[in-house]
Amino acid sequence: MTRVLPSGERAALIEVDDAAAAHALAGHLREHASGIAEEIVPGARTVLVVARDPGLLPAVLEVVDSAPAGAAATAPAAEVVIEVDYDGADLADVARLTGLSVHEVVRRHCGARYVVEFVGFAPGFAYLAGLDPVLHVPRLGSPRPSLPAGSVAIAGPYAAVYPRSSPGGWRLLGHTDAVLFDPDAEPLTPLVAGTVVRFEPR
Amino acid sequence: MIEVLEVAGSALVQDTGRPGHSHLGVSPSGAADRGALVAGNRAVGNPPDAAALEVIGAFSVRVHRDLLVAVTGAAAPLMLDGVPTAARVLAVSSGTVIALGTPRWGLRTYLVVRGGLDVPPVLGSRSTDVLSGLGPAPLAVGDRLATLPEEGDVPTSDAHPQEVHPTPLVMLDAAIGPRADWLAEADELYRRPWRVSTLADRVGLRLEGEPLRRAITRELPSEGVVTGSVQVPPGGAPVILGPDHPVTGGYPVVAVLTPSACDAVAQLRPGTTVRFRRAQRPESQKRT
Repeated sequence: MTRVLPSGERAALIEVDDAAAAHALAGHLREHASGIAEEIVPGARTVLVVARDPGLLPAVLEVVDSAPAGAAATAPAAEVVIEVDYDGADLADVARLTGLSVHEVVRRHCGARYVVEFVGFAPGFAYLAGLDPVLHVPRLGSPRPSLPAGSVAIAGPYAAVYPRSSPGGWRLLGHTDAVLFDPDAEPLTPLVAGTVVRFEPR
Repeated sequence: MIEVLEVAGSALVQDTGRPGHSHLGVSPSGAADRGALVAGNRAVGNPPDAAALEVIGAFSVRVHRDLLVAVTGAAAPLMLDGVPTAARVLAVSSGTVIALGTPRWGLRTYLVVRGGLDVPPVLGSRSTDVLSGLGPAPLAVGDRLATLPEEGDVPTSDAHPQEVHPTPLVMLDAAIGPRADWLAEADELYRRPWRVSTLADRVGLRLEGEPLRRAITRELPSEGVVTGSVQVPPGGAPVILGPDHPVTGGYPVVAVLTPSACDAVAQLRPGTTVRFRRAQRPESQKRT
């Protein structure tokens, strides 16, 4: 079931059932509408499409209508393994909040299979769904003004890696040397909606 | 080559931005007052997307070659080597100091040079994105900027580049919604005046007024947003997203501004009163 919500004169928000359906619709649009759509942005339960011109919005929405129903997998998802040094400043706090040992926090964090639900907040910042429910902890009361690039963190139902130095309120479990956003690289980031991610201790 | 002598507020390199990368977390960025940038580029014979300076507050440069420049956007007082001028398109000779004062109305002035500014493009754009840090750093005293080769003819039209004219009340055309149904009354935004707060930059601008009442108070799963979206956080004070907005947001968007209303927002100063007006049909159909 999709619902189309107009979002200004050349954009529309398409509501779908879940993240998998959003990824499938975004893939369909990327394949069939990239010439007429300027932006195709999956969200947690939506895809935002921005037409290159207001007059092209109806054509973009026709491509939406032509998408196969459901989350029919297009191509097999890419898988990325991220090596982590579990030395984060909040590891002990997360253990205390969850009642687990630090060792168990690490085991559960790297034992899960994650899927990039959507990218937001900052370039290459992927919201990774699949975090062990026991590790769902609130974000910090006040964000840190600056976190180093490669910080591996969790908050709410998501895991993430800060690709670049930035402010941030998520709880830090460790760090990685993996480069997750490079404006000179192609692709700019290995983490796009639908990508499967695993963490491995280093 | 131009050399920065004074930056009292901010000066950023801006072109028409880097759309097309939102799904990777990269904001569209680009000139906040797109119309002023394009008008300036047209006045000096540049392609519409050439890079220029977006200036807030007093600012001055020395030019180190003969240059044609245009000044658009907020009508800042303009001086050449200390002598005021009313001209907005000027041929200046090497060594001249161009000084912009603080405009009486409006906020952002565009200093556009023939050829366009030459800084290394990032993802196809020379714009500074203040949220993500992509593009050149904000300009500082002593910075030197090269210009690109001049191509094509300079128009001979005597049309003046646009300026911001004072109005006591700014009307902002906005289409209703995608999430207007999250408000207790979908058109409440349009019914009363709003005041521009001091929380305003290229990422977003917060309005003050009697708070909007939300009918749905749960959290919204994050979804894509466009420049000019009017978001309503739980407190009920609307926020208008600027060109460097985060690509996704978790607050309902209850209205979306037209492109020319986005340009008008770029010129709003704190304390200004604005009202929203329902946009009727795509603006593109009204252009000549």
